[in-house]
Amino acid sequence: MKKKFFLLVIIIFVIICFVILFKGLNKSTTYVPDGISGKKLISFDAKKLFNNDEINSDLFFVGNKFYLLNIWASWCGPCRAEHEILMQLSNNPSIKIIGLNYKDDLINAKKFINELGNPYSEILIDEDGTIAIALGAYGVPETLIINKNKIILKKFIGPLNSQSIKEINSLLK
Amino acid sequence: MLFSNLGYYALISGLFFSIILIPIAYRDLNFINHSVNSNILKIVFLQLFSVLLSFISLVISFINSDFSNETVYKNSHTAKPLFYKISGTWGNHEGSLLLCLLVLILFIFIFLLTSKNEPKKYKIFTLLFQQIIIIGFFLFLLITSNPFNYLFPIPVEGLGLNPILQDPILAIHPPILYLGYIGSSIIFSSALAAIMQNYVDKEWAKNLKSWVIVSWIFLTIGIMLGSIWAYYELGWGGFWFWDPVENISLMPWICLTALIHSIIVLEKRSLLASWTIILSIAVFTLSMCGTFLVRSGILNSVHTFANDPQRGIFILIFLFILILISLFVFFIFYQPKKEEQKNYLFSKETSILLNNWFMMYFLSVILIGTVYPIFLEVIANEKISVGPPFYNKLIIPFLIPFLIFMTIGPNMKWIKDNFNLINIKLILLFIISVLLSYLILNKIGLNGLFTTILIGTALYLFFITTKDFFIKKQINLSQKISHFGFSLLVLSIVLNGIFSSEIITNIKVGEKYKFKNGSIYFEKINNSKKKNYLSVVGTFKIQEDNNKAVFLKPELRIFNQPAIVTSEADIKISLYSDKFLVMNLVKGDDYYNIRYQKKPLMIWIWLSTILLVSGGLINFFNRK
Repeated sequence: MKKKFFLLVIIIFVIICFVILFKGLNKSTTYVPDGISGKKLISFDAKKLFNNDEINSDLFFVGNKFYLLNIWASWCGPCRAEHEILMQLSNNPSIKIIGLNYKDDLINAKKFINELGNPYSEILIDEDGTIAIALGAYGVPETLIINKNKIILKKFIGPLNSQSIKEINSLLK
Repeated sequence: MLFSNLGYYALISGLFFSIILIPIAYRDLNFINHSVNSNILKIVFLQLFSVLLSFISLVISFINSDFSNETVYKNSHTAKPLFYKISGTWGNHEGSLLLCLLVLILFIFIFLLTSKNEPKKYKIFTLLFQQIIIIGFFLFLLITSNPFNYLFPIPVEGLGLNPILQDPILAIHPPILYLGYIGSSIIFSSALAAIMQNYVDKEWAKNLKSWVIVSWIFLTIGIMLGSIWAYYELGWGGFWFWDPVENISLMPWICLTALIHSIIVLEKRSLLASWTIILSIAVFTLSMCGTFLVRSGILNSVHTFANDPQRGIFILIFLFILILISLFVFFIFYQPKKEEQKNYLFSKETSILLNNWFMMYFLSVILIGTVYPIFLEVIANEKISVGPPFYNKLIIPFLIPFLIFMTIGPNMKWIKDNFNLINIKLILLFIISVLLSYLILNKIGLNGLFTTILIGTALYLFFITTKDFFIKKQINLSQKISHFGFSLLVLSIVLNGIFSSEIITNIKVGEKYKFKNGSIYFEKINNSKKKNYLSVVGTFKIQEDNNKAVFLKPELRIFNQPAIVTSEADIKISLYSDKFLVMNLVKGDDYYNIRYQKKPLMIWIWLSTILLVSGGLINFFNRK
């Protein structure tokens, strides 16, 4: 009798562990640095890549429902890899893609765009990297999803992939 | 393409052999003849052969860079050296599982071959339980992680093996670790079989002991290699970080170490039978639990394998089926024999039991530290991270009594001993050790009662185990070597932990950084193109005290396939102390971030682990 009781207790304990671990599996473990998501995008001044006009970011993030700010550089291999994904995303009318060219040679940057296509509705340049630092970027590529109130919804560190597309699409709903 | 097909069908035929094996083995249980039906051994051999064939096919696909195979495409690259093409076979989730499966079958085959004198039914039950595990692995491979998935159109180039895995030590670290993990499957199956046959006695213990020792040896070497890799390759500047994946390998190790001790009591005195059974089951369960935690992506760690919840669910269900089977067998079929022998307080048995209690305490601390954050996140949605301070605080204080008991226990007699062991000489020696440790600490300008006693105890154990070498009374050489190795290990780890020093700074070429009694000068930087990466080597001149200057040349490797930067530490090794320098890029600057560390007695940590293993090896080869 005592033995059966003991067995019962252990089995219940085992089942509880199972349920908890099972639930734990479905939790996302992707690490999002604190203090980025949910914050308001800072305002900054930057030049445009193709015509060198200086413009304030407040004038930029206007009129659309969602924005994707992608920090990239022509010298960055992973950026080349994710470019295809950005090209696909550029077909989505509900999101406006803005590029921030990070510490790049402008001729190379233009070549990069001419070669692989331009998914960006506008490209800003960040010659000395200060804007990227102010945005809290760790490196290139990095991508911020921003809503119409200029709140950062999510940040992707590293190249976008098909998984991140799914996440972006679910954010846009 | 050809080899992918061959490998896939060989794998399926392996599963087929499992399915026909179970009814045949089950039928054989009812035949009265003494030996196991010879067909059974033949089928197991065929199974071994098909899985081996499948594994070799995968190796060949890797060597040929056959990118029509998805696993090869994802983990290999034509520009990779041949050695890493081969080691890439088990450097990924699918290939490593196939290797595990191969080892599972290999071990049961060896078990059947070597256990000639054991009861027939016990052998068949062991085979049956082992086949349950084997079928689980087959299904896992075929359903969720097929290594032979076909890709069309065939990619021209592969994605490459993660560069941090391109290291000779890491090429052999996983297989050896798997031999340890999977070796414990035999312990698990045979413990369940022994319960079914009411065979939990001296004989069983004697036969199983060599399997316990084999698994323990492989696991120890595997952990050591992993730790050497973390130190030399990852440039983490240490050898143990309480990373969840490290903990996962340590848990079965502690359990096996406890089992090695308790199984001796069962063998010599027929005591602790139930406890030994529980440990035997726990070792493999912990190994599987580790597999679950690593492969499901539930933990965040350096060892990130593919993060696929479907796999996680599969292993989770499999793990709990195993747990439920073992609970069922243990509670329904286990009939503990009346322990006729009396257990005295002052005896070797008691001291081994005490050892086991300590082991279980350490084990539960690590288990809680590893699993609790997951539970907390699910239940309370709160993220916490459990780091070294938690483990240090909970483990180190208990290390002191553990070490003291370890000086006494091994010298006790079986059955009954008396207080004579604790004599004035030993107390004197203990006081001398503590004094010595006080002097050492004082010289460096550190003090603290706790640290003094800790080092004192470690020294004391070291003296006692050294002394034991020269006593010819007992001939148990393997135990002496292992215990001596362990005492050396503890001493080196403790001293290393206390006396390590570290300097972190940003520096550019031509700059000199001065610290307390020395300086670091950044002489130059050289770039060169290597086969599959760009190498950046810095030269640093380090002047300390009034010693000769030391030059250290850490390296950065910038890989293209996939794009990753790894840093190779430069380490000057000596018997007393390692000098360790690693550099990292600072984004967009001429500055490099450097970390310079002095790590006393590092080499002794590896040497003492090797001693620990040699003790095991001697025991294994001396068992007759």
